[in-house]
Amino acid sequence: MSSNKTSRIGEEIWKTRVDKVNAELVTLTYGTIVAQLCQDYDSNYQDVNKQLEKMGYNIGMRLIEDFLAKSGVGRCANFRDTADMIAKVGLNSDTLKGARIVDISQVGFKIFLNVTPTVTNWTSDNAQFSLIFEENPLADFVELPDDGRAQDELWFSNILCGVLRGALEMVQMQIEAHFVSDVLRGDDTTEMRVSLVRYIEDEMPPEEE
Amino acid sequence: MAAPPRHATMLSISNGDKPAQAQPQTQQTTLPQSPGLRVPSNRKTIYDRHLNRSRNAESSRASFAFLFGEMVTYAQRRVTGIQDLEKRLNEQGYPLGLRLLDLLFYRSTSTSSSALSSSSTSSSPPNRPLRIITLLHLIHGPLWRLLFGRAADALEHSVSPDTPNEYMITDNDPLVNTYISVPREMSMLNCAAFVAGIIEGVCDGCGFETKVSAHNQPTDLWPSRTVFLVRFGDAVMEREKVLERSGVK
Repeated sequence: MSSNKTSRIGEEIWKTRVDKVNAELVTLTYGTIVAQLCQDYDSNYQDVNKQLEKMGYNIGMRLIEDFLAKSGVGRCANFRDTADMIAKVGLNSDTLKGARIVDISQVGFKIFLNVTPTVTNWTSDNAQFSLIFEENPLADFVELPDDGRAQDELWFSNILCGVLRGALEMVQMQIEAHFVSDVLRGDDTTEMRVSLVRYIEDEMPPEEE
Repeated sequence: MAAPPRHATMLSISNGDKPAQAQPQTQQTTLPQSPGLRVPSNRKTIYDRHLNRSRNAESSRASFAFLFGEMVTYAQRRVTGIQDLEKRLNEQGYPLGLRLLDLLFYRSTSTSSSALSSSSTSSSPPNRPLRIITLLHLIHGPLWRLLFGRAADALEHSVSPDTPNEYMITDNDPLVNTYISVPREMSMLNCAAFVAGIIEGVCDGCGFETKVSAHNQPTDLWPSRTVFLVRFGDAVMEREKVLERSGVK
């Protein structure tokens, strides 16, 4: 239903409003960041995951501006969608807020990395879903270290969890995101699990880092 | 182009004994498991993907700007000064250069061989540069185009007789500096040290021992104009003379 529309929006913005660079430059730059962290943290992959998430969070907080400006998926547009959906389907408002997270996740990743993750595996209370990454440019050219631990401990693309958390926090949604599978670990899919923690009421902006 | 060799190179560059330290641990933990990496059953590994797959792929400029910004910010917290920071950025670029070199050769040969695809026998070995000028042209043209979508803006040889080993590659408006704002007190800093590291990696990978540094040389028209100073080692200059005498191009 609406996922088709969001992916069209994403495609349109990508084509017309996004400045681009060679994807390999991004891939390699990200690779060198992860490699540096692995070295700095002495291959303590839990710490590397945490640091990547933190970097992503910093990025997401600033990225959302770019996203809102380019996408026009601002509040007004979304209220209209919301109204439409209430009228037609009679969904409760929680579902609709969920739908907005999905919009931002899908269009956001499209604008940021030119990939559109698939949204799936909703829980019945609409508080959790999964993003499946068919394509993941960050992980091109990558093979994890064959040290017997990296494939069990390192989430190579963990920066993406942080990006989503930072971006959604800026639009008053506190979420928790983590990877549950990764083709780099030998899994068949790359899947991120996203849970809504709460809606943030108007309050002082969170402290920066 | 995989992570482990990259990681290994970086370790070996900075500190040769680290892998040795790590080894006893890994041996213990891997004992019960079968050796080697797990791979997905649907063949989504790097070995099943064509190396040219991402050749024309695009990502957003924002993604690069943000990632590079985070990289610099992170590096900044762990260094003591500007030189140290530039050294660190340089070291992060270096392994990319080594890999980009292979990628460049792979692509330049695969396109030429596909042009004459009928005769498989005529595929020539990759053309590694033997002379300095050929190498610098490779950096100025193909490497720059791969990374930034255009050639660099100038390539010059030092005019001073004291420094015949110095060459300069100029980029009028380096992408890496576009979204970095340097505080006034650090005005000497040029984050294109990262690119300098890439160049160094390419040269070293070709067998040209080099030191490369990035310098701010602003003009009125190009405020972030950057000159990459490429200084070849003595051995390279000696070999260059020999090659010149024997007429190698």
